[in-house]
Amino acid sequence: MRQYLDVFTAYIIMGLLIILVGILQSWGVALAILNLCLISAVMTMGANIQWGYAGLINFGIMGYTALGGLAAVLVSVPPVREAWQVGGLNMILSLFLIVLIIFAIRYILKNFKKSNKRNLGIALTIIIGIIFLRLISGPAIESIEAVSPATTGFLGGLGLPIIFSWIVGALFAASIAYVIGKIALGLRADYLAIATLLISEIVIAVLKHEDWLARGVKNVIGLKRPVPYEVNLQTTDWFIRLIERLNKGTLNLITDTLEKQETLRQLVIEGSTIFVKLCYAGLFSIVVIILLILTQKALYSPWGRMMRAIRDNEEAANAMGKNVVKQHLYIFVLGSAVVGIAGAMLTTYDGLFTPGSYQPMRFTFLIWVMVIVGGSGNNFGAILGGFAVWFVWIEAAPISLYLINTFTSGLEETNQFKNHLVNSVPYFRYLVMGLGLLLIMRYRPKGILPEKIRHI
Amino acid sequence: MDFVNALVLFSNFVIVPALSYGSQLALGAIGVTLVYGILRFANFAYGDLMAFGTMFAILFTWFFQSIGISLGVLPTALLAIPFAIIIAILFSLLIDKFVFSYYRIKKSPPVTLAMVSIGVMFVINAVVRIIIGPFDRIFFDGQKFIMKANEFKEMTGLNEGLAIKSTQVLTLVVTIIVASILFWFLNKTKTGKSMRAYSDNEDLALLSGISPERVVMITWIIAAILATVAGTLYGLDKSFKPFTYFNNLLPIFAAAIVGGIGNPLGAFLGGYVIAFSEIVITYAYKKFFFYLLPESLEPNSLIQLLSTDYKFAVSFSILVIVLLFRPSGIFKGRVS
Repeated sequence: MRQYLDVFTAYIIMGLLIILVGILQSWGVALAILNLCLISAVMTMGANIQWGYAGLINFGIMGYTALGGLAAVLVSVPPVREAWQVGGLNMILSLFLIVLIIFAIRYILKNFKKSNKRNLGIALTIIIGIIFLRLISGPAIESIEAVSPATTGFLGGLGLPIIFSWIVGALFAASIAYVIGKIALGLRADYLAIATLLISEIVIAVLKHEDWLARGVKNVIGLKRPVPYEVNLQTTDWFIRLIERLNKGTLNLITDTLEKQETLRQLVIEGSTIFVKLCYAGLFSIVVIILLILTQKALYSPWGRMMRAIRDNEEAANAMGKNVVKQHLYIFVLGSAVVGIAGAMLTTYDGLFTPGSYQPMRFTFLIWVMVIVGGSGNNFGAILGGFAVWFVWIEAAPISLYLINTFTSGLEETNQFKNHLVNSVPYFRYLVMGLGLLLIMRYRPKGILPEKIRHI
Repeated sequence: MDFVNALVLFSNFVIVPALSYGSQLALGAIGVTLVYGILRFANFAYGDLMAFGTMFAILFTWFFQSIGISLGVLPTALLAIPFAIIIAILFSLLIDKFVFSYYRIKKSPPVTLAMVSIGVMFVINAVVRIIIGPFDRIFFDGQKFIMKANEFKEMTGLNEGLAIKSTQVLTLVVTIIVASILFWFLNKTKTGKSMRAYSDNEDLALLSGISPERVVMITWIIAAILATVAGTLYGLDKSFKPFTYFNNLLPIFAAAIVGGIGNPLGAFLGGYVIAFSEIVITYAYKKFFFYLLPESLEPNSLIQLLSTDYKFAVSFSILVIVLLFRPSGIFKGRVS
């Protein structure tokens, strides 16, 4: 029990901070922070599986997050029948063609010896494949995008409950990670970092510009929710009664019936938004807890020990008969899948999919700050990192605004310097993040909650 | 005649832009590769260092403009570059002293240093945005075109025009000057040779009395100079936006790796390799073939191998192909 004391203290402090926000700012803000903290925690766990367990650098987190978001769209949006009629067949044919190209390349790789001729053959297969692909898909894409472009203009999805997308997102991310891992995992650490960063940019470029898939930069809005809508709650009897009971004290003080009704109405509106956020928090917590249990079990299993062995001394592990390449690929896929879940959760929570909003600073490097700050190799640390860093990320702006106002209180309101500083408040969070990362790496290189290795 | 038209068209849209873009990448890639070869880590903060240097070039340009100094037909930014370079150098040395030197002395693994450079990246990112804001800035002044498309058409009587922006020529001239001085410095002077020795074999270099502090200091100075020059040229040619500079990091890294990381000459050529392939592959050849092919064969599609939105895919594919077939880069770099 004592060895978990620091974990408990850290989490209690974190919880108190969020409660403090609830008291000082509002409970809506506090819950919004909590929800995004939970999502960040899932992302951080994914990155931690790759970096903390296996020492693999993955700067492509943004790409997997976006793939999760894509899954949310493709699962929950109802299919656009008209688009399927005009171009569905060709798109399915194109998909088959891609599979065919991949199998053709595999066939060449397997049955021919390494030579220039083989390379030429592969290149030709790809080029001819792409030409055919464009011939088949080109007109189909055009006609799909022409189907009422203001509202749809894409194939749509399956029309299933959005919660399924959390699993589908993981599958999407995992399958792309498999392909990427096959290509890039043999590279040195810094090359791998750059390669994954480039791939994630490519994924975003595809999502931005392939309108038939998920409307590209035109965004998909109004995704279905797994939790009730505020408007519906406000007219539901049991919810109004619940709010009435919770606020009995305040309501009893008011004697005027009209005023009482008005206050109740306000309370119900406020309560409904908080209730919705609480529902999300519940769902997200379930995911975090399940993942935490699984990752803890994995970390302390023989498999986890093997991963640590590979991380700490690849050659020795290899000599002991562990298949390093295979395990690296496995863990790369696994970590990416977890990030994919987080991506789907994020899009579910936002209720919209905006490919333009994916930026490496926010979705790749911030997650890395979380992993490093929290403590790589330690699942509790990773979650705490997700919480703490997201909290600072959000609260940095109001705090720096407060600080700027205090320090420049001697200056006049129209002072240019002061106004300039106030206008650039949003960028102080980058400064805080950078300094935080540098300080942690310097003075606590293992993170707030360092990895604990249980020796048997 | 059609052949000449096609050639002019190709030069106008591919060769000239690729040469200037390639020069900008090349200068940046040398900086990345030098830091990698001597300090032994991938500096992710380099794109933002470029933005930092450029920002000061812009600020000095504004200052000179406000007191009425200009270079006539040339952009005022040229006058501002030396001052911006001094600030960028001081800033780099400061960062090295307070951040990187600690890990260097501790002999931390390259991955740690790369991670630290991410922290530095965040900080510079914030500093740039706080000082100058995240918006697009155009700070070019002076004469815009050396040759306008119309003038060229009139001069030669061709259907296609060849427009040459003064920034494109300026980029080439500055790149040639900076690169010549740099390669002379690296290959002929004692300090340059000691840097190469340090890059090839640190222990041996230390044994032969090379001072590591000096080598590291000079590396940062060169890196800061290159970052500022490349960044300012890019900003003059296109426009200055902090986010774009961060994104430019990717093709620059690709150029450095393709050229064999740690090899300055390779990085220099790698810049052009990346720039040319990006533009050649994303260019729509419809009009080009319109001139070359007989009427019956005229293409009716754009004949674009890849849409311009996917230019990252080009850098990436080249990177992967090079790494798979020649892991040490096209022009043999350090393999460790």
